[in-house]
Amino acid sequence: MVTLMGVAVVLAVLPLFLILGSLILKGASSLSLGFFLNRPAPVGETGGGVAHAITGTLMIVGVAALAGVPIGIAGGLYASEYRGTRLAWITRFVADVLNGTPSIVVGLLAWTWVVATQRHFSALAGSFALAFLMIPMVMRTTEELVRLVPDSLREAALALGYSRWRTTLVVVLRTALPGIVTGSLLAVARVSGETAPLLFTALGSEYFSFDLERPMAALPLVVYKYATGPYPEWHKLAWTASLVLIMVVFALSIAARVVTRQRLGRND
Amino acid sequence: MTDGAPRIRTERLSAMYGDFAAVREVSLAFAPNRVHALIGPSGCGKSTFLRTLNRMHETIPGAWIEGRVLLDEGDVYASGVSPVRLRRRVGMVFQKPTPFPFMSIADNVAAGLVLDRSLSKARVAEVVESSLRRAALWDEVKDRLNASAMGLSGGQQQRLCLARSIAPEPEVILLDEPTASLDPMGTQKIEELVFDLKREFTIVIVTHNMQQAARVSDTTSFFYMGSMVEHGATKQMFTAPREERTEAYITGRFG
Repeated sequence: MVTLMGVAVVLAVLPLFLILGSLILKGASSLSLGFFLNRPAPVGETGGGVAHAITGTLMIVGVAALAGVPIGIAGGLYASEYRGTRLAWITRFVADVLNGTPSIVVGLLAWTWVVATQRHFSALAGSFALAFLMIPMVMRTTEELVRLVPDSLREAALALGYSRWRTTLVVVLRTALPGIVTGSLLAVARVSGETAPLLFTALGSEYFSFDLERPMAALPLVVYKYATGPYPEWHKLAWTASLVLIMVVFALSIAARVVTRQRLGRND
Repeated sequence: MTDGAPRIRTERLSAMYGDFAAVREVSLAFAPNRVHALIGPSGCGKSTFLRTLNRMHETIPGAWIEGRVLLDEGDVYASGVSPVRLRRRVGMVFQKPTPFPFMSIADNVAAGLVLDRSLSKARVAEVVESSLRRAALWDEVKDRLNASAMGLSGGQQQRLCLARSIAPEPEVILLDEPTASLDPMGTQKIEELVFDLKREFTIVIVTHNMQQAARVSDTTSFFYMGSMVEHGATKQMFTAPREERTEAYITGRFG
């Protein structure tokens, strides 16, 4: 039995190391400071980088988080604190369905609502799609964690003369906050790697852009473009860009844990 | 126990959970600056009765009451009375210590004070100190006021909760089996405190512990199956109970 479990653990962990290994093997050789600082070089020239996609990913995901995290937390709080109500049940059901919705469908939705109505691709449409993906994730995490807050704390706050909303915000949310921050950062990390919803929203670009109303580059789009392109040079860049993307996602996951432990970890 | 007007009293008070009456038509009066014990076997309605006094009962879905609760002769269930404001006049400490885990020791004591925005920081710090002194916790925590409250022992946490509930200067303090989760040392400290605090507050304590009721209270009410069977001076109740059921319970024949 123990052996079987050991095998299962190895099989579960192995893919991570295989991915990391091949990324480092094939991508690390092209990694240089310039890769982080420059935009792509014209075809045929060596050098160039993906700086435009790094800033693009940070902007698109950042804007998505600004909208998605607060909405997700508020929804999760509601679904948990007003557990018995019909609206809470509907909220939870919708979140579950959304959680299982393929990201490309969400991308299509963003295309229909934002791109088609505005008649141009934009980073904002990409953020819209990513926010849509984040909301149910943050919501379910928040709900689970808020449910773990003991009722005795709610009672203590109410008995002290706290109003219902004050109890929810000041005591319940604050008690669950470390976990919610971790969950939110993990949701941000998850959507940072999404490609499908960005394909026909943010579209991608060869240039630096900080204008949310225009198409913008993003790391997953760069990987997609270079990996499917005809040039061996591009394939190499795709590996390196993948490595950078994984590093960004890793950094977010690690940050989630560090922040939780150091800043907010009083109660766990 | 009939010294002056009661601080808080009930008139034919019944407390319901849906169709079930957990407390039936209880009329009791609690004189100021006395400790009043509510005793009785599990499920007799004493805790539910206690929770009607600060309107915590109604926070449970489906819970409601009939009858009246009067604090200084004002009906606390009258329309227009805010339960939130009432609870600042009637403090409560629960069975398990409930310090807020993300707050420091000082912030926990100040948790009820910050609701009053007119208080200056210096004044809050004063009240935190005096409350901790009154809860006999000051000497143990004065050097770590900004440390987490979760580092305290169970007994210390319970005294912290007591300090938190007396800081806003309520008129009445409700104690719901405050020593049930504590060791003998912690229990003794809380009992001594209850005895001291009655000089300033009116205290109603629910307890499973007969000796505790005998030690700390001035009056005792015996609850059985939702009804109040007997109420009287504690001494008289424990030496010469009027009702047979009371005698059976306090001598340990049931419950």
